[in-house]
Amino acid sequence: MIRDITLGQYYQADSVIHRLDPRTKITGTFFFIVTLFLAKNVWGYVIAAAFLVMSIKLCKVPFKYMVRGMKAIVILMLMTVVFNLFMTKGEVIFSFWKLSISKEGLENAVKMAIRLTFLILGSSIMTLTTTPNSLTDGLEKLLGPLKKVKVPVHEIAMMMSIALRFIPILIEETDKIMKAQMARGADFDSGNLVKRAKALVPLLVPLIISAFRRAGDLAMAMEARCYRGDSGRTRMKPLKYEKRDYIAYIVIILTLVLCIVFGRNAWWMA
Amino acid sequence: MSIIFNHVYHSYDADTQLKTDALSDISFKIEDGEFVGLIGHTGSGKSTLVQHMNGLMKPTEGEVYFDGKDISDKDYPIKELRSNVGLVFQYPEHQLFEATVFEDVCFGPLNQGLEKKEAELRAFTALRQVGLEETTYYQSPFDLSGGQKRRAAIAGVLAMRPKVLVLDEPTAGLDPKGRDEILSLVKKLHDEEKITIVLVSHSMDDVANYVDRILVMNKSRLVYDGTPKEVFKHAEELEQMGLAIPQVTYAMHALKKAGFDVPTDVTTIDEAVDRIIKCIS
Amino acid sequence: MSLIKTDNLTFEYIRRDDEGNVEGITRAVDDVNLDIERGQFIAILGHNGSGKSTLAKHLNAILYPTEGTVWIDGMKTSDEANTWNIRQTAGMVFQNPDNQIIGQVVEEDVGFGPENLGVPTKEILERVEESLKTVGMWEYRKHSPNKLSGGQKQRVSIAGVIAMHPKCIVMDEPTAMLDPSGRYEVIRAARALNDVEKMTIILITHYMEEVIYADKVFVMDSGRVVMHGSPRDIFSQVDALRELRLDVPQVTLLAHELKKKGLDIPDGILTIDELVNALKRSR
Repeated sequence: MIRDITLGQYYQADSVIHRLDPRTKITGTFFFIVTLFLAKNVWGYVIAAAFLVMSIKLCKVPFKYMVRGMKAIVILMLMTVVFNLFMTKGEVIFSFWKLSISKEGLENAVKMAIRLTFLILGSSIMTLTTTPNSLTDGLEKLLGPLKKVKVPVHEIAMMMSIALRFIPILIEETDKIMKAQMARGADFDSGNLVKRAKALVPLLVPLIISAFRRAGDLAMAMEARCYRGDSGRTRMKPLKYEKRDYIAYIVIILTLVLCIVFGRNAWWMA
Repeated sequence: MSIIFNHVYHSYDADTQLKTDALSDISFKIEDGEFVGLIGHTGSGKSTLVQHMNGLMKPTEGEVYFDGKDISDKDYPIKELRSNVGLVFQYPEHQLFEATVFEDVCFGPLNQGLEKKEAELRAFTALRQVGLEETTYYQSPFDLSGGQKRRAAIAGVLAMRPKVLVLDEPTAGLDPKGRDEILSLVKKLHDEEKITIVLVSHSMDDVANYVDRILVMNKSRLVYDGTPKEVFKHAEELEQMGLAIPQVTYAMHALKKAGFDVPTDVTTIDEAVDRIIKCIS
Repeated sequence: MSLIKTDNLTFEYIRRDDEGNVEGITRAVDDVNLDIERGQFIAILGHNGSGKSTLAKHLNAILYPTEGTVWIDGMKTSDEANTWNIRQTAGMVFQNPDNQIIGQVVEEDVGFGPENLGVPTKEILERVEESLKTVGMWEYRKHSPNKLSGGQKQRVSIAGVIAMHPKCIVMDEPTAMLDPSGRYEVIRAARALNDVEKMTIILITHYMEEVIYADKVFVMDSGRVVMHGSPRDIFSQVDALRELRLDVPQVTLLAHELKKKGLDIPDGILTIDELVNALKRSR
């Protein structure tokens, strides 16, 4: 029932992008987003688009698969576009009833649509090519310096990784509980808001109790396997930058610089 | 009352290349008052099958009829179907949620739209039927033992007064005595309350002692449908499906091979004892 | 020196009601004395609530005795300085396969234990390979545990323990949530570990068919060890086992019933072959 959530889930393939260090991909995605917001003219977008197309080609994930993952966000995108289209004031080019579309509004809407599409595509390349585990590893390492100011970086990363492992299990369990209650005549889809909220109690109570039991079991299993936090821990797959990572960094920075140079409101646009 | 499956298919992602059949061309009929065992290993499609019996799932092709009416019809009263065909899932933890066992058992009847008085009456009757001690009625369901939870979950469905009771692995995780207790409870419900029973299990030993008829699922198809004796004749095929026949049946096969003149279609210990004694004396 | 030794092990816990008032004291494990040698395959039987799981948790220093002592490989579990060494020496496999796998990829989960022990990277990789091969799950190393069957998940859990190079493995009802083919997979893996690697195994279960190959069986009831001996000794006592909410394999029961009818069959028949031979002799 609710199992069809496939937003940017890891897609196994053997590509350069898959093999990149997760830190490179996280930093790269961050820089790409910055690039998108620095782009002020057509050239900025062309540069960003070129970078994006190159990454998509390199990562060997079918483009169709990527687009399918985006379906969930289409509504959010449409809303943003419509909002921009109608709410921006300026030179009116079209109007009916109380609504009017301005030239600036149209421009903003197009820009916003492009930006959002690029942003989602760009970050989904990261999530599609990186296992959640190495993603958390990468974050832990990148945020490592924060340990000095007593931020529990390792614990946060461990929590994230455990949460990611248990999400599919809990989704499946929700499904089963829902069915068990529906077999007893529970109705989850009709009635007003209050009634619906009440109907969730028979679903949430077993789910929460089960989640707590799982948490207890898991903590015990981790202790039984000698887990005692970060101290004295080694890594099975330590993160190490390779030549390809340095090349990737150069490409990323080059894109950013190009975008700053050519993507600003240049002399011929002013 | 009867349940009829007519060439039922259930496929996921039907319109894509990922199409997988969870059920494929299933046809059978369950009559009033039968005691049926449904067997298959994990992933054979047996869970999908039972969910078609009370309309939690609907066929993507073919029809399921309850009492002569197609449950996929637009105006079919699906809520009524769920009262008529009670489904108890494997883990009681998935359905128990109220503060007391008694309130939890009332949940079903209240959903049926019954008056509080009537619902409580039914809950009491159901709790007595499953043999829970009265001291447990006002305890939290989470404080019960595994076997007691199982009973409470069965009572929660029985209180809706179903005509058919479908139990999905009711003995999983119970110790031998607990397992026997639950199975004899189910038998009692069948014999005394005249409820039609569908017992889903992956344990042949459990099923052989109780049911009149066995349906065997494998790879989303219904492969055998017959009495225990008929089904257990296919020892080798069943083994290949990852389903073992009862150990007594194996023993009889081995005795026959060793030159004893015993029948091989024996499925219970009492019968085996009789036959061996007869053969030896 | 024995690998596991318990001396008058007793464990009590205090039950409280909702307001936190003491309702009573439960003695979950009562005066248990075990002495387990290296390389043995030990089975602990008992119905639900007989105290067998509580006993198991003492062997891994998850619980500490209220009275008495537990030694694992000569280390006292009550001494906190020993905790991590004990947990490495006596690995533990639990009942629910989903609630003990930490990694999102099979091989990463198996590496979790060695990582915690501070094993160097190169050696972790070797240990992961060797452990996954031992349980026959090497080809699944890149899979997500969520996509595996119950029996496969439990084999991954066993591999995760083997990778820590323990001296014994305590399996706390590893098959209770599995279907027959999953149960068979796990028991086969456990027996192979014992036969080939000479690993000491302590298997806790209430499935009778799983214990017939054990070197020694302990039967527990209300926290006490009430019977112990070879599987044959134990299964000769069909009626006593029934009193303890347990049963015996069908073939043992069949032999028992035939004997009651006056046939000359020895007690404690464990396999079909034994029954056939006994009947041949009595003919």
